[in-house]
Amino acid sequence: MFRFICARVAMSIPTLLIVGVTVFMLIRLIPGDPAALMLGDMADPASLQELRQQLGLDRSLPQQLVIWFGNVLRGDLGVSISTGESVTSLVLQRFTISAPIVLCAVLFASLVAVPAGMIAAWRQNKLSDTVLVSTATLLLSVPTFWLGLLFLLFFGLHLGWLPVVGYVSPLEDWRGGLLYLIMPITTLFLHEIGVILRMARASTLDVLRLDYVTHARAKGLSDRVVLWRHTFKNAFGPTWTLIGLVLGNLLGGVAVVETVFTIPGLGRLLVDAIFARDYPVIQGCLLFIALIYVLVNLLVDLCYPIFDPRVTVS
Amino acid sequence: MKFNANTNLLVGSLLCGTILVAALLGAFWTPFDPMTPDFAHRLHAPDTTYWLGTDEFGRDTFSRILYGATTSVGISFMTVLIAMVAGTMLGLIAGYMRGWVDRLMMCFTDALLAFPGMLLALGLLAVVGANKYGIVVALGIAYLPSVLRLVRGTVLPLREREFVHASRIMGNSEMFILFRHILPNCFGPMMVLATSMFGWVLLAESSLSFLGLGVPPPAPTWGNMLAGSRPFMMQAGWLGIFPGLCISMTLLGINLLGDALQDKLDPYSKGK
Repeated sequence: MFRFICARVAMSIPTLLIVGVTVFMLIRLIPGDPAALMLGDMADPASLQELRQQLGLDRSLPQQLVIWFGNVLRGDLGVSISTGESVTSLVLQRFTISAPIVLCAVLFASLVAVPAGMIAAWRQNKLSDTVLVSTATLLLSVPTFWLGLLFLLFFGLHLGWLPVVGYVSPLEDWRGGLLYLIMPITTLFLHEIGVILRMARASTLDVLRLDYVTHARAKGLSDRVVLWRHTFKNAFGPTWTLIGLVLGNLLGGVAVVETVFTIPGLGRLLVDAIFARDYPVIQGCLLFIALIYVLVNLLVDLCYPIFDPRVTVS
Repeated sequence: MKFNANTNLLVGSLLCGTILVAALLGAFWTPFDPMTPDFAHRLHAPDTTYWLGTDEFGRDTFSRILYGATTSVGISFMTVLIAMVAGTMLGLIAGYMRGWVDRLMMCFTDALLAFPGMLLALGLLAVVGANKYGIVVALGIAYLPSVLRLVRGTVLPLREREFVHASRIMGNSEMFILFRHILPNCFGPMMVLATSMFGWVLLAESSLSFLGLGVPPPAPTWGNMLAGSRPFMMQAGWLGIFPGLCISMTLLGINLLGDALQDKLDPYSKGK
């Protein structure tokens, strides 16, 4: 077990290095002089030179890479061009807004979709399976930004039950804050149900085909025991991995929902930075989200032996 | 009730076919000009003249949806084509040549796959610039690794098969073997991937346009029409409903089609 954990943690180190180098190179790939792009056409040569020096652009590429990695390891992601704030604190502050939304949505979706997917697989080609799978495919096909707009239109404007625009931190005013979070979380929750349910159904079907399941049923065990005691652990592995991927992907794409509900989260920070050509912030957001993605996948893999101890052997 | 591959195939093809016809029609003809403002008919509710109403500039929503279909489907098609062609070429080379070429390409795909898809697209857009061509390039690169991986994985076992050895012994060139014997065997899995990828790209394109990072106004895409509808949702609900309905129907069609293709290729998934 200990060896498995060490090996898996060691495996993620090259990935993190690759992520770092990719983010570093991505920003350097922008055609033209970044300093000129940031300051605009009217900038005078002296301030251009000053900015280049501040960004370290006057050094060679490998030197820049080493300095940049050193700063990143110390938690220094640079300074925002447009506001002058520290990118690290900016990213962390926005992350505390986005993270609860994404986490709640994926948690609730998993709690609903995993059992539903297993039941659909158990009842393959019956009416309940058809209803569950069609609902999942439909939910999967509705883009979150449209579902969000429909919620705003119906629950916000038409019925007036929920606040439409703005964001209040639940830490300051928990009741008001929660009201603002209901629609974004529900939007993501419904979409992810579709993704997770289909995966849970497919991996359960794979397991139900195996001989030991037939054997368990032939022994006369009840459906419930076969499904939850014999099938669940083996079928949950692939779904568990998918839930990790969904969590990371959602964090990368959360900008869309944050835009619909005007939430000042991490995704919105990245999109605004792209508009403003605020390269340190773009770089910081990319690096931070990719880091979380790698860490979530690592954590998911480390928990995997709980369901399937075989992976620690290989 | 049986809800099998054939039902999926039928409904999926119908939905996708409708959208394709709309996209082709939008390229040549729309009932009204999708871009010229007509301030006499601002925010006109749907009726017999304006089937789906008009927007805040008096432009006909139906015409804009048709024209938007051309843009959205066109961009998705271009992107999938680029990712498929480039990914297949590189995947064939990596899987067939092995050695350092293979290792280099795997390193490259690892780097790209270490990012969530949408995040990578956003990062690449920041580099290539947020416009129509930027989207095609950014999404093309973002989805290229999955094609490369798939093709490489299909080629690896194929290159050891007897018919490949036989062809080489017959004196055929490596190029001939690659394109005549190996490539056709990759088409099945490639079709399934291309179908789902079309859906992912269409969704990503709509999302980026919705964020304002895609095709700039006044040219309509379904994504930027939805973004533009937000200030007028109270007076003109139809502006926010129809473009979203189009995106959802297209994605539903593609998902059903993808499921049907997968079922046809997987012998286990046919009903017991």
